Amino acid sequence: MRDFYGVTLANPLMLGTAQYPSPAVLEAAFRASGAAVATVSLRREAGQGQGFWQILKGLGVPLLPNTAGCHSAREAITTAQMARELFETNWIKLEVIGHADTLQPDPFGLLEATETLAADGFEVFPYTTEDQILAARLLDAGAKVLMPWGAPIGSGLGLNNRYGLRSLRAAFPDVPMVIDAGLGLPSHAADALEMGFDAVLLNTAVAQAGDPVAMARAFALAVQAGALARQADPMAPRDMAQPSTPVLGKAWL
Amino acid sequence: MRIEVNGAAQDITGPTLADALAELGWTQARVATALNGDFIPKTARSQTRLKPGDRLEVLAPMQGG
Repeated sequence: MRDFYGVTLANPLMLGTAQYPSPAVLEAAFRASGAAVATVSLRREAGQGQGFWQILKGLGVPLLPNTAGCHSAREAITTAQMARELFETNWIKLEVIGHADTLQPDPFGLLEATETLAADGFEVFPYTTEDQILAARLLDAGAKVLMPWGAPIGSGLGLNNRYGLRSLRAAFPDVPMVIDAGLGLPSHAADALEMGFDAVLLNTAVAQAGDPVAMARAFALAVQAGALARQADPMAPRDMAQPSTPVLGKAWL
Repeated sequence: MRIEVNGAAQDITGPTLADALAELGWTQARVATALNGDFIPKTARSQTRLKPGDRLEVLAPMQGG
């Protein structure tokens, strides 16, 4: 497994901490998932942040703070600087959102913020699209990890552009990549790993499931299956049928 | 003086950002601060002087995806 800024993860699952029915369910789901990274955010202190920090410490995994909700490079840069101090990590899941309905990345703001933050010692995980040109620019700007979307955040649609994602994976074979956003089912996560992505990041699919703990376990099994399948070198698909049972020796009836 | 703290008007007396946080009860809290859109590191809070109309953001760890 490729490492993320020098950190080798115990398994290829990153899990968000938002939208669970209660803190107890969050903790139980997190344990059931075996996730190796927890994503977190920063919001105005309204009395709940300090207790949440204690829960995070109890999870015992590296934290990946995000810049969710930032619509400009400047906002994202300031948020990243605050996150670095608050969470004591150089990791930043860099989101620069371009449109409120689709929550798709603003490629121009994303590139600008990546350049600034990478130069300032941040280890940037840019939330990006499957666009190869943008990927190359982000890598030039100092990102050493890419986080292409599967589908719009919270949509649960899975891998929306399989051709684009496969091409991106093939174009940068040595770059660690995480499929971030849009996964709704464990099969989507397995799909991403079978395609050669190094990890998946999800939140809503677990937190908003009827039984988040059971769904967390299902994702744990799916990423294990997907990663193992990738290592096992899957067969190439073909358009025509080919008998699996030998033709030679068939009786003349 | 009157400043804006997390979007709401607040009257504070202390001249510095560190004083303001103490007045608001956040001295011990795990928070990060930004003044008028710029990050102010913890180490700079006691040297950062406030002026009326300043916009102070005080952020804490929160759930995120």
